[in-house]
Amino acid sequence: MGLEEKLPSGFLLTTVEQASGWVRKSSVFPATFGLACCAIEMMTTGAGRYDLARFGMEVFRGSPRQADLMIVAGRVSQKMAPVLRQVYDQMPNPKWVISMGVCASSGGMFNNYAIVQGVDHIVPVDIYLPGCPPRPEMLMDAILKLHQKIQSSKLGVNAEEAAREAEEAALKALPTIEMKGLLQ
Amino acid sequence: MTGDQGSGGRPSGNNVPSAREDTAEPIRVQKGMFGANNGGDTSGYGGLVRTVMLPGASARPYGGPGGSFDEIADELEGALEEQGLVPENAIEKTVVDRDELTFHIAREHLVQVARTLRDDPALRFELCTGVSGVHYPGDKGRELHAVYHLRSLTHSRLIRVEVSAPDADPHVPSLVELYPTNDWHERETYDFFGLIFDGHPALTRIMMPDDWQGFPQRKDYPLGGIAIEYKGAQIPAPDQRRSYS
Amino acid sequence: MSASHAPHATPRATTEGTVYTVTGGDWDEVVQTAAKADDERIVVNMGPQHPSTHGVLRLILEIEGETVTEARCGIGYLHTGIEKNLEFRNWTQGTTFVTRMDYLTSFFNETAYCLGVEKLLGIEDAVPDRATLIRVLLMELNRLSSHLVCIATGGMELGATTIMIYGFRDRELILDAYELITGLRMNHAFIRPGGLAQDLPPGAVDYLRELLKKLRKNLPEYDKLATGNPIFKARMQDVGYLDLTGSMALGATGPILRSAGLPHDLRRSDPYCGYETFDFEVPTADTCDAYGRFLIRLEEMRQSLRIVEQCLDRLEPGPVMVADKKIAWPAQLALGPDGLGNSLDHIKNIMGTSMEALIHHFKLVTEGFRVPPGQAYAAVESPKGELGVHVVSDGGTRPYRVHFRDPSFTNLQAMAAMCEGGQVADVIVAVASIDPVMGGVDR
Repeated sequence: MGLEEKLPSGFLLTTVEQASGWVRKSSVFPATFGLACCAIEMMTTGAGRYDLARFGMEVFRGSPRQADLMIVAGRVSQKMAPVLRQVYDQMPNPKWVISMGVCASSGGMFNNYAIVQGVDHIVPVDIYLPGCPPRPEMLMDAILKLHQKIQSSKLGVNAEEAAREAEEAALKALPTIEMKGLLQ
Repeated sequence: MTGDQGSGGRPSGNNVPSAREDTAEPIRVQKGMFGANNGGDTSGYGGLVRTVMLPGASARPYGGPGGSFDEIADELEGALEEQGLVPENAIEKTVVDRDELTFHIAREHLVQVARTLRDDPALRFELCTGVSGVHYPGDKGRELHAVYHLRSLTHSRLIRVEVSAPDADPHVPSLVELYPTNDWHERETYDFFGLIFDGHPALTRIMMPDDWQGFPQRKDYPLGGIAIEYKGAQIPAPDQRRSYS
Repeated sequence: MSASHAPHATPRATTEGTVYTVTGGDWDEVVQTAAKADDERIVVNMGPQHPSTHGVLRLILEIEGETVTEARCGIGYLHTGIEKNLEFRNWTQGTTFVTRMDYLTSFFNETAYCLGVEKLLGIEDAVPDRATLIRVLLMELNRLSSHLVCIATGGMELGATTIMIYGFRDRELILDAYELITGLRMNHAFIRPGGLAQDLPPGAVDYLRELLKKLRKNLPEYDKLATGNPIFKARMQDVGYLDLTGSMALGATGPILRSAGLPHDLRRSDPYCGYETFDFEVPTADTCDAYGRFLIRLEEMRQSLRIVEQCLDRLEPGPVMVADKKIAWPAQLALGPDGLGNSLDHIKNIMGTSMEALIHHFKLVTEGFRVPPGQAYAAVESPKGELGVHVVSDGGTRPYRVHFRDPSFTNLQAMAAMCEGGQVADVIVAVASIDPVMGGVDR
């Protein structure tokens, strides 16, 4: 991508960020990465009633080289994991990952020898979507949240700054085991 | 539970033949009442010891819908005799349980028996619904079982054929030449249980990656789950929890 | 080797000669490299991530020009270990797992599993009629929704996007009915050993009658759109040929076997759930090809509508769970202000008035019921063929071994016989006509 190499500085960078974010979020091309039950709900989301075309995303690309969003829809087995990573590596930057359903997010109910306990062991995940399988509305909500994230994504020095801040916040965060109360 | 009956057998109510205890298969010994073996048993039943048996061989008549089980058994035994095989050598035992007929076959005779079951006009079990492996670590000398369900479309019948192999020598003849449908089923059973089907054209792993170690659905293979932290608490994997079986 | 090879087509010497592994890159370079080699043999690897292979199926095709000379399947990319997981949960929890095996035919998986468990318990006759009728009703609706997905995705793989939109439109209607009855769109775990999780909600029968009307109106559209369509016919006819001998040898059941002319349907030949009392026909074709299977699926959907209608006519009020309180799951679900849960009256009964109810609740929920040792085999006719379940109990509260004989798994073996000698493009049609669902194949 040539944009990163020709970034201006200062307030102009912010303007470029907004413009590129808006352009990027408006034409996300998902790769078909249907694995299990969630894939059927993903297809339903693309079909008539839920109509993903409203968000400019109805064209699922067969080739990862033409896609920038991977919706991991279903349980990832140990045998599938290397394939998934290869497909991810073949996608051009910038790219995003939605982990659809509990199996992809954490292994879900299949806590056993065959299933990878969360696809974030293999690829970085932007949005975790719970549900078994999530309803199409939930998938659309996840996609819209991702759109917001893409819209506000930073470029150049701003991106480095944002990454540093996020890391500092993560280091300061209270571990779950030390939390008190209902943890809701 | 059937194994707990006296050796004389009980009166055959609702046409279920009585079980003979000597042929019942012990599969595990249960101690205590509630199966909780990794915690204190405070119930007072901790001293109970009970051997769990699978149903043993049945006595004639076998019954079945319209007496068909006897018919099948007669035909099979007759056909094997015609081929010069003593039926008692090939058929280890015949079990009728829950309206299902099971032939336990000695593994060296499996192919011949299956061929007879498929080709004999009075039997004609044309469709094999694949093989299901079962691992009974408590059944000494017969740890690995391969269970075939054969369906006859001609006569609308279903029987079960079971062979066993010891853990030390996990070999069973392949039925692929008779029932090509067993190709993948036998590979699957090999993959999960390590049962080696002699004569299979390409016995390789089918479900697990090729370099996988071990046979995951055997009883001595752990479930492989990991402990989960949920709201600060550790929840062990399902096979590590206290259980009641 | 020399630097003349493309970086994406690295050569490797094997006992069978030099093998070039191509993993993308510039196709011109790939073609040049292939042209340099004196060996014409090309092995194409389709999948496991490919838009038109019905999930994570991997096809390994050896091609000569456009002709497939050898075809093999690679499966196991969705192996979930469900059969092993079942051994660590109690018998009732098993339905939660089996419903996720072949996720398009969840009610069939649940029913087959429950029939097996009920056979082991010896309570087949104790299951109430209403529960059996609702099981049949749900299974036949499920047959419709499964066939709709098969036709929809099969059409999409041919490039006919319209039929995909139609299929999912009608499937949504059926999913709405599931949602009304079970509360979920997929993965219901609604059918339990001994009966059902709960009764039909009020108004369900009227809703289903309306649904039948809508489906009756919509189904002829597939005929209009596809059955007589010359392009559709040209792609489907004489493709994926498998005759009766081949089907029997390979153990293929369901529409594949019936497209070879044999009217074998377990609902007729080995009835369960009272199918012998229903009035329906088993459609067959004598073309042995993908088009015949498509027509059979269409006709089966019409027959399923007939069965659903008969179920609705026969439904009478009554219990939906066995009377034996030592088996019946002690829940009476109700919709509360905070979502679905046990009804407050039922909790009051357990906690306040009935000692036995408290004991049963405690025993069943913590421990589950015990099943006498033995083994059983139960089979149902799923939309894909014979779905068999081999359940083994060791007398405990958890299954000792559950094995699913999934029709997708067995039928997929026929892929090689259907595709070898045909064109590459026809492989897609043949696989779509098998209708494999990888969740069922790999379990």
